[in-house]
Amino acid sequence: MGSPDTDALIEMRGITKRYAGVTALDEVDFVVAPGEAVCLAGENGSGKSTLIKVLSGVEQPTEGTIRIGGERMTGLTPRRAAAAGVLVIFQDFSLFPNLTVAENIAFVSELAEHRQFFNRRAARETARRVLERIGVDIPLDARVEHLPVAHKQLVAICRALACEARLIIMDEPTTALTEREVRRLLGIIRLLKDEGVAVVFVSHKLAEVLEVSEKVVVLRNGRKVAEGPAEDFDAASLTRHMTGRDVARASPGAFGGTAETLLKVEALNKPGSFSNVSFEMRRGEVLGITGLLGSGRTSLAKALFGLVAPDSGRITLDGQNVPLGDPVAAARARIGYVPEDRLTEGLFLTQSILRNVAVGRLDSHERRGFLDMKALIGEAGDWLTRLKVKTPSLSAPVTSLSGGNQQRVALARWLARAPKMLILNGPSVGVDVGSKAEIHDIIRDLGAQGLGVIVISDDLPELLATCHRILVMRGGEMVEEIEGGSITETELAHKMAS
Amino acid sequence: MTSLITRNETLVAVVIVLFCIIAAVSDPNFLTVTTLSDLLRASIVLGILAVGAMLVLISGGIDVSFTAVAVSAMYMTTKFSLAFAPEMPWFLIFTLSVLLGAGLGAINALFIAGFGLPTLIVTLGTLSVFRGFLLTFVGSDRISALPPDMREFSRMVIARGTTESGDFYNLPWSLAALVAVVLLTAFILHKTMLGRSIFAIGGSVESARRIGINVRRTQVFVYVYVGALAGLAGILHGSMNRMADPFSLVGLELSVIAAVVLGGARLIGGYGTITGTLLGVALIVLVQNSLIVIGIPSTWQSVTIGALILLGTGLPAYQAKRAAARAG
Repeated sequence: MGSPDTDALIEMRGITKRYAGVTALDEVDFVVAPGEAVCLAGENGSGKSTLIKVLSGVEQPTEGTIRIGGERMTGLTPRRAAAAGVLVIFQDFSLFPNLTVAENIAFVSELAEHRQFFNRRAARETARRVLERIGVDIPLDARVEHLPVAHKQLVAICRALACEARLIIMDEPTTALTEREVRRLLGIIRLLKDEGVAVVFVSHKLAEVLEVSEKVVVLRNGRKVAEGPAEDFDAASLTRHMTGRDVARASPGAFGGTAETLLKVEALNKPGSFSNVSFEMRRGEVLGITGLLGSGRTSLAKALFGLVAPDSGRITLDGQNVPLGDPVAAARARIGYVPEDRLTEGLFLTQSILRNVAVGRLDSHERRGFLDMKALIGEAGDWLTRLKVKTPSLSAPVTSLSGGNQQRVALARWLARAPKMLILNGPSVGVDVGSKAEIHDIIRDLGAQGLGVIVISDDLPELLATCHRILVMRGGEMVEEIEGGSITETELAHKMAS
Repeated sequence: MTSLITRNETLVAVVIVLFCIIAAVSDPNFLTVTTLSDLLRASIVLGILAVGAMLVLISGGIDVSFTAVAVSAMYMTTKFSLAFAPEMPWFLIFTLSVLLGAGLGAINALFIAGFGLPTLIVTLGTLSVFRGFLLTFVGSDRISALPPDMREFSRMVIARGTTESGDFYNLPWSLAALVAVVLLTAFILHKTMLGRSIFAIGGSVESARRIGINVRRTQVFVYVYVGALAGLAGILHGSMNRMADPFSLVGLELSVIAAVVLGGARLIGGYGTITGTLLGVALIVLVQNSLIVIGIPSTWQSVTIGALILLGTGLPAYQAKRAAARAG
């Protein structure tokens, strides 16, 4: 258990959290000193989110003790944690888009003071002081919905500071930022540390924040597997600790086959989203398209499937012209698209697993205007077995499945249509580590079977592990083409951001 | 402020001015104190209901039951007064109706804040239940023999007179009720943490929960307050029409919501201003009462209102969608 550390700002000892038989955290110790920056690393499902929820009072630990500033906390709630100076900046920032910058910043501290009345001038004054403290100039009266992502993050930081934060926990702080914005964020973090504010970064992409951190803690499967000074870690060793594998899975290398061209994209143009995008893809090739948020990768992915209508350009599949901006025609040309947010765009969550697969095949099982239910269900069940969807019953709703299995259901629907080409947008967003590896295996298999697969992702290890070739987008343009196996993760990250 | 020209308020104000200009040109009698006082009178009940509906929209919900609340509170109050205390002074009658309205609003709050059910479903249900209950168990007769003090109230005027051309006009005290509702609501929305919390939960319920806003308590307040406003609007309606009609008011809810949406409140929550809402009400009242003046047959009323909604709310929504697609 270890002896109490009197100087620690946060001292969590022997934290265990069990949910209905599943152990999310197992005897984890976590200590943060004032003014210290700590990287809390781990893959999805490693327990890092649970640890943060316990620390911020959202969840109660099954066992273990929490001390904040030496004081033993029992029955911690989000409000009590905030009052003790522990504030979380969620990945979505949890701001109010309809309120002004000033009000967003001042809201929590005003609630904490149990105020009944709202004073616009006082709120502005609070906000102005905090913005000045970190040396940032954002118009106080702008509505938050109109701000760029980096500014929203700064507003969220200011809101934490307005509550006299002693520890700021940042969830995936650099995901949506450009390299320059990351620089500025790191500058502000240094400033806060000098003032004695501690910071915990929670992320699976930590290379960027390592340089301002003193300590790294790595969780895997609910256990602490590594802890030490930040200078002892680099991107490779972090990945090794997080995945438990010695080396990242080997890249499939450059595409070797001499297969014919499957897809040809010529001068695709959509002002404001992407411009002059051209590339070719051969049968059996797995092609990665990457770029930061807002680089146009998502619009391009949607344009390939007709969900976004480009102003000009040409898409040909197997020598046949595919009409632009027409998803029905794209599906008829046997292009499949698995969206990033499968929960809202791809699946009928409350419907059964079987029906979710079958719905993509309704028209192929028509007999004189009636539906051949037996053939339809048989085929869907067949695909679900082939993709190893783990479920006690195929008639259970999709909501009952884990993220990885939901992704398989979405894949099964498209595979049942025998596509020539599949576009996978963020194929492993929000799935656990094990499922991720399996999804990567599936992607490689699809390529091996002669499908063309496009993987759209900003998960660099994922791209490196699955793609023969990676196209990098920046500001709506295709800026780089990289052969698989010829680049490291760090180099790729630089190419995306610079 | 560049946003001033694209705001709904501005758009609605421009349409109102245009309407008045055209009306004044086609009928010189339009721009008189008499018309103004008629329009004001017609705006009172609609205005109070609209302020309530706006509050619900800001909080991220939608209420379609408020007309049933209004008519139930009004009719039950009238029945009660006639049966047990016909000599009740008007302010007690009003208080009773407001309390009944708040009570019915609390039933909405129970389902919405207590059980977490969708607001449209709940209020669609209570709209039917409240009205059905009223007509089945309380009564379905139109009562024109109101308690004397309720009738008396409708005769109390702030100002009355005859214009030089001989037209009669008056401003009833019920107008003061609208003014009071507007001032009170503006104070709550802009000067209290409760009001800011209403905006906050409309902006993002999840964020509100995370920073420790008591979402349930805020919702309870919203639905009870809206019920109370409906109770007030109902009793004013009965008093001004000098009749307690259990079949009245219900059916108006969509016109009221239309007025609020025209004024810039968004159905997704988080947005809405009192100025905009009042302008929206003014426009709807103008269309309902004076369309004939500018030469459009009154059968075209609902077409006109519908077209205004499509234009007034569709245009900004379309622009926002375009902007989002560009950012995509």
